[in-house]
Amino acid sequence: MADNGIVIKIKDLYKTFDSQRVLDGVNLEVKRGEITVIIGKSGGGKSVLMKHLIGLLKPDSGEIWIDGSDITKLKERDLNEVRKKFGMLFQEAALFDSMNVIDNVAFPVREHTKLPEEEILRMAQERLRNVGLAGFDNKMPSELSGGMRKRVGLARALILDPDIILFDEPTSALDPITSLTILDLIKETQERLKKTYVVISHDILGMFRIAHKVAMLYNGRIIEFGTPKEIRQSKKEEIKEFLKATGIPGFSGGDR
Amino acid sequence: MFDNLVRKVSGVVVYVLRELGGMGLMFFSGVYWAFRRPFKFNYIFKQMEFIGVKSAGVVIITGTFTGMVLALQSYYGFRKFGAEGLVGTTVALSMTRELGPVLTSLMVTGRAGSAMAAELGTMRVTEQIDALIVMALNPIKYLVTPRVVASFFMLPVLTVVADFVGIVGGWLVGVKLLGINEGAFINKMTKYLELDDIYNGLVKAACFGIILSVVACYKGFYTKGGAEGVGRSTTESVVISSVSILIADYVLTSLMF
Ligand SMILES: Nc1ncnc2c1ncn2[C@@H]1O[C@H](COP(=O)(O)OP(=O)(O)O)[C@@H](O)[C@H]1O
Ligand SMILES: [Mg+2]
Repeated sequence: MADNGIVIKIKDLYKTFDSQRVLDGVNLEVKRGEITVIIGKSGGGKSVLMKHLIGLLKPDSGEIWIDGSDITKLKERDLNEVRKKFGMLFQEAALFDSMNVIDNVAFPVREHTKLPEEEILRMAQERLRNVGLAGFDNKMPSELSGGMRKRVGLARALILDPDIILFDEPTSALDPITSLTILDLIKETQERLKKTYVVISHDILGMFRIAHKVAMLYNGRIIEFGTPKEIRQSKKEEIKEFLKATGIPGFSGGDR
Repeated sequence: MFDNLVRKVSGVVVYVLRELGGMGLMFFSGVYWAFRRPFKFNYIFKQMEFIGVKSAGVVIITGTFTGMVLALQSYYGFRKFGAEGLVGTTVALSMTRELGPVLTSLMVTGRAGSAMAAELGTMRVTEQIDALIVMALNPIKYLVTPRVVASFFMLPVLTVVADFVGIVGGWLVGVKLLGINEGAFINKMTKYLELDDIYNGLVKAACFGIILSVVACYKGFYTKGGAEGVGRSTTESVVISSVSILIADYVLTSLMF
């Protein structure tokens, strides 16, 4: 496959649960080193789509090309090689309750490398400092607020320097101020590390702050794809409707 | 009416078979990963400690009182034939062959098995299991194998403890409380209690350890539906484990003795 800077290419992806069609022919290309945001309403299949990207779910049909291999055809062992290129921040951070903050962040390094313990701790502490949580090493996840948990989750997702980082609703269930901190962290780390970020969210306003590209997931398909500006100028009714929900007059169709 | 019944019954049969199949699969993959490098000894030791610490107290209390009540009951029976000296034998045989392993396993099911199901269930619904998979780590190896292996080794250990305190409890009641001759109590007990009785009891305990850990891990691992689902998995795991242990006890006993 030719590269053209495309890291992830999704082709005609279909997924049905029982009788409910969740993905109805998704096509999408994600460019290397960009933040691509997939927007859609709650329950619209965004998490399902993301779980396909990392092999947590298998599609009924369709292809997902990542760095030249179709991961929907891979066996578990080869899939694990692809997964090592990924980091993921889960919706509720998915920190391990049984470990404190530093062990959570250090966990992927401990399991995947043979680095000496001091080096591992140094890396983990540096990542924690980067997300503004220096000194929180010995806290347990249950002692942290939702925003802090997500920051620890981000530190854990970044620690092995993955090429692609997935974010499932990074700002949901957070107050507006904390949301902004998380968004700034996402933007700041991406600009510094130049990795590929894929973010799914229903928070339109927040996402327009960070996105290089926006994809609209609607009724199981990507109905529009482009820069934030292109999306805001879209003539499609469904998109105008969705943008109007921001409550900001002129957000739909505007050019900032 | 008849149609309905057939459909219901076959539904139940399919459900039971699917659950059994799932648990069998979980057992085999748990064992498979136990023999794959790198070995996760620290995870296994942590689970052994967890099972031991969580259940030791309740096992000791249960074992002691069971031994005590056995002595009391058999004393009233044997006195009628003037065979009080056999109380020690009865306590020792009942504890080592039957009540030690069974009661220990039921107690561990309630204390540690329920905790395993709840823990894995929580990890499932909060996506911690997905997080492991995304990190290219096998959740069976990290979560199921240590619990099954630890239960396999710890249940016999706890059973030895239960056997011991049960016999001590029987001695307390028989000799100290009811005044059975101590020499007769000990002599008859050591004469009739064979190493095989203890050994077979421990084999049972190890089997029960596998049953309760596999059921708990299976129920926890495949939890659906949030906090409510975790509660459901926990309850189901305790009920299924307890019933399975009693059924397995009959089967094993009839095979062994
Ligand atoms: N494992 C599953 N089994 C059955 N249905 C599922 C499963 N995962 C998601 N769904 C259904 O798919 C739909 C989309 O879910 P999701 O991707 O989580 O939405 P969102 O866009 O909010 O992330 C929902 O209706 C959900 O009930
Ligand atoms: Mg979601």
